[in-house]
Amino acid sequence: MSKTSKLNILRTALSIIIALAISFIIIYFISEEPFRAINKMILGPLRSRRIFGNVIELMIPLIFTGVGVCIMFSASQFNLGAEGSFHIGGLVGAMAALWIPLPSFIHPLVAILLGGIAGAIFTFIPALLKIKTSSSELVSSLMLNYIALSFGNYILSYFLKDPKAGAPASYLIPNTARLSILINDTSIHTGLIIAILVTIFGYIFLYKSKTGYEIRVAGQNEQFARYSGINIVKVILISQLLGGFIAGIGGSVQLLGMYRRFSWIVLLGYGWDAVIVTTLAKKNPLYVPISAFFLAYIRIGADIMSRTTDVSPEIVSITQGVIIILIVAEQFLSKYRHKIITKEAKSLLDTEGVE
Amino acid sequence: MSDIILEMKDILKIYPNGIVANEHINLSLKKGEIHALLGENGAGKSTLMKVLFGIEIPEEGEIILKGKRVYIKSPHEAIANGIGMVHQHFMLVPSLTAAENIILGVEPRKFGLFTNMEKAIEVADNIAKMYNFDIDVRAKVETLPVGIKQKVEILKALYRGAEILILDEPTAVLTPQETEELFIQLNKLKEKGHTIIFISHKLDEIKLICDRLTIMRNGKNKGTYKTEDVTTEEISRLMVGRDVFLEFDKEKANPKKTVLKVRDVSVKNKLGNLKVNNISFDIREGEILGIAGVEGNGQNELVDILTGLNENYTGNVLIFNKEAKELGIKGIRDLKVSHIPEDRMTYGCAKDMDILQNVFSNQYGDEKYSSKYLLKSKAMETRAEELIDEFLIKCNSFKQSVGMLSGGNIQKVVVAREFSVGPKIIVANQPTRGIDVGAAEFIRKKIIEFRDQGCAVLLVSADLNEVFELSDRLAVMYKGEFSGVFTNVEELTEEELGKYMLGLKKDEKLEGIIYE
Amino acid sequence: MQSVFNIIFSPDFFYDVLRVTTPILFATLAATVASRSGIFNIALEGIMLIAALVGVIFSAYFSSAWLGLLFALISGGLVGLFLGFLVLKLKTDAILAGIAINLMAAGGTIFLLYIISGDRGVSSSIKSLVLPKFPLPVIKNIPIIGTILSMQNILTYVVLLSVIVIHILLYKTPLGLKIRAVGENPNAAESVGINVHKIQYIAVTISGILAAFGGAFLSMGYLSMFSNGMTAGRGFIGLAADAMGGSTPIGALLVSLLFGIADSMGNVIQTGIKIPYEIVQMLPYITTIVGLAIFSYSKKKQIEKLKSK
Repeated sequence: MSKTSKLNILRTALSIIIALAISFIIIYFISEEPFRAINKMILGPLRSRRIFGNVIELMIPLIFTGVGVCIMFSASQFNLGAEGSFHIGGLVGAMAALWIPLPSFIHPLVAILLGGIAGAIFTFIPALLKIKTSSSELVSSLMLNYIALSFGNYILSYFLKDPKAGAPASYLIPNTARLSILINDTSIHTGLIIAILVTIFGYIFLYKSKTGYEIRVAGQNEQFARYSGINIVKVILISQLLGGFIAGIGGSVQLLGMYRRFSWIVLLGYGWDAVIVTTLAKKNPLYVPISAFFLAYIRIGADIMSRTTDVSPEIVSITQGVIIILIVAEQFLSKYRHKIITKEAKSLLDTEGVE
Repeated sequence: MSDIILEMKDILKIYPNGIVANEHINLSLKKGEIHALLGENGAGKSTLMKVLFGIEIPEEGEIILKGKRVYIKSPHEAIANGIGMVHQHFMLVPSLTAAENIILGVEPRKFGLFTNMEKAIEVADNIAKMYNFDIDVRAKVETLPVGIKQKVEILKALYRGAEILILDEPTAVLTPQETEELFIQLNKLKEKGHTIIFISHKLDEIKLICDRLTIMRNGKNKGTYKTEDVTTEEISRLMVGRDVFLEFDKEKANPKKTVLKVRDVSVKNKLGNLKVNNISFDIREGEILGIAGVEGNGQNELVDILTGLNENYTGNVLIFNKEAKELGIKGIRDLKVSHIPEDRMTYGCAKDMDILQNVFSNQYGDEKYSSKYLLKSKAMETRAEELIDEFLIKCNSFKQSVGMLSGGNIQKVVVAREFSVGPKIIVANQPTRGIDVGAAEFIRKKIIEFRDQGCAVLLVSADLNEVFELSDRLAVMYKGEFSGVFTNVEELTEEELGKYMLGLKKDEKLEGIIYE
Repeated sequence: MQSVFNIIFSPDFFYDVLRVTTPILFATLAATVASRSGIFNIALEGIMLIAALVGVIFSAYFSSAWLGLLFALISGGLVGLFLGFLVLKLKTDAILAGIAINLMAAGGTIFLLYIISGDRGVSSSIKSLVLPKFPLPVIKNIPIIGTILSMQNILTYVVLLSVIVIHILLYKTPLGLKIRAVGENPNAAESVGINVHKIQYIAVTISGILAAFGGAFLSMGYLSMFSNGMTAGRGFIGLAADAMGGSTPIGALLVSLLFGIADSMGNVIQTGIKIPYEIVQMLPYITTIVGLAIFSYSKKKQIEKLKSK
């Protein structure tokens, strides 16, 4: 491993440590029993099989949106539509589960696939608008997320709503469509397997396939890609379609695995979380489960802390924000980085002689 | 010597990559003269002017302005010392009006808080009138033609009290009419006592308006002369010359059938200026056609056409008898046409990706390196290691980012990629620019090797050594046309070549450029 | 149908439009100032949220709506400055820095609210105050116009005034000239001795203050409480409206009004014709996307035309 990649790991680790330290300091000042709170946050998730299961359950949707955003961002497209894709994916998954009677096993597969297709269409729109009209994919994807929410609410209240349910929610998802529990005493469902498959697929696609290579080259230097004979328009469209597809799958998996009814009347935020996951994973799907696990762990930890102490769980949002900033900030550790780079360059010069 | 307004003494500037751009240069300017600074690209004139304008800080040397030593560490200080510069790429804000651009940073105010726009327009208008610049200062800069934009730049400098005005290749972007007008203005500025440094390599223009001229070559001052005391031939000899003679062991070419046919190709740039004017030529297997010329005479535009990057041209380009426009970039590459781009950082690499990923961007689709969907990582790694060895790329491993390599090694990565596809045609645009001697020699040898194996090569270079030593045939480009063609390169002298490069001589017949 | 027509062309409808437009217009102006200086301020959403909470807290603490507003503005300016620090000093990608600020704001406001009041999500136990409505002298007596314009919240007048102030700032002052120059061609600005970073710091601070006005309007304009995520994407709409309005204050006003009309129309159509509420809710967003696409396309064509000239 080269010194610069070691440095990258060091930077990530330091970012996490500093971010946690800041959170702990805040807890120290606001809590009556800070050490108990911090202890709960760090060790809480390990207390029982069920609670640790919660970490894994939360990790699943983060893996889907994380892998999706990795692919979309790798093409240098700031498409933030994963949020909407996830929502629409859940909605369409629910519709398929309720409306298309199928035997178990096939039923969830069809529902998930349809959810994925809906998600793909969703992120395809900003990409198409960008190519045809040069309007910013970031802005249009942000607007589309709200359209996804309203659309979901519309379908829910006019087509899916169970009047007998207390809150706005769909009829019960038939058991044939639900993802079965994978590990006893937890709610960890077979979606975990799909998530792992998607991770492997995402990694192979982005780092081992021809199209993935094209996407990364175009994302790094579009002019170089064009000069090399790569079709930029194709690359943008495929990356955004696939990213949305995976986020959409994530939505339907989450719904069929964790919910008895479609009851999402707000956006759940996994699309935004995916930006954190992707940043931590450096756009490599292989690292997505690790960063998703980390994120899920501190969130569940914070939850446990809030249940038993006087600190509320949103302290985690501060931790997350600081992590993103430190990882992305070029100047963080830049002096140290510069020293290493010049040292590497110099050692090369020495072997090279005079230039 | 009281009329000397500015002296630059013993300026030494070494760039961090070790290139000595200015080697103890002396330059003195008389008040009220137009002083030409000539030299080919890379001769060091731009660097010298950057030193004067405070953009670059020299390692050694001093600047003496009106008898007093001054230290210029930023453009702001240069401006405060009465030095103004008109950059080749204008420093204007397009959506602002001419007047707003002129007063930017030194705005007249009213009530302390607001821009006094009436005053600004008046001031801008006055200064324009004072120098007889006929411009509408209320017009937005983006709507103005290039010639007027340049005037706005000049006015900007004058408004800030510039006594010495540096013009960096001012005529490069102008039409002949605009150039003529610029010269009238410059003469008027001179009458008003301004001193002008005129950077150019167009001899006719220099002869027309400059009082004295200084010639630079390879970072050295080759002498300052009164314009009337030197002939254009002498200037051309001083400017276009070789300091080092390199000899290559090169067998005589053995050309076979024609593989690239270019017929009546013309192209305009975005500004509507004709950059390539009705050019035709052929290249055969096993020969190197060199294209010499001062940069900016249409070479890059021609290369973009041949490689498919630009499809908005007229005329025909036939690659193995197939129309280039129909092939597209990918189609052209599929016919084993390789392209070494002039700007390696923009087109030639993705600097944050590793060497391996950079050497396959044109051939990952080859069945050796991929199946229908997937890349064959093992084969790619083995091949990357082979290429690193073969092309002597100095690096830790193929996992190193290209951006971490030296310029010469980055260029080797580019060349390794382009040459490893088994090219049948190579289009090499400035293949050795700005890289160390060792790497340059290596690349040149490779080019000859490929020629000997039957590859057709188009070599565009501003480096005379290179075109002399490599070319089997040599064409000179001047103002978008071929001004001369030489089939007997060995007998050609550099003086002779210089005349064609600088437009002093033109061959109308161009025999030997096409076969048929 | 007739009734819908009557409602749309009633003074009450337009009164409502102005009310709905106010926070959007603040966000749009905030986006305009920042993007003119060359910084894409996606943190607007978070800034509005923070300011909304700060306003509620301090208005209750001092028992003064005005002091609440003041502190809200200060908080907005500071967050803007913080974004500037991240982008200019730490060289963080502006979009990711903005997203980080938004995520911190979303959680941080809930966190802070809980610490201060023990409330979760809604500031029900904080006795916060409302900024006053304001009768316009003379105008209030004019029929129709009086009904539309008079008795709006004070911040509605502030935002209309801000359109003029920002217009003057950008086009009539040396600072505005510098902001525009810096955003468009920083090299040109630097070459004439302008401190580019200083100008950008000033611009993001102004942007933060404008967004804070919008946030304060949400929690202190008609409501007197903060609720979790109450900005509901208005900061993002501001970004879209700014892009669609071509980054000018007048464009910001027109596009925000269009958005306000689309939004208010939703409520009207719903009562008049049987169009589902949820579909109507999409109207403003669809309007924005379509408008943005049309605007970007015409701008693209315009640039191509300029180049080929």
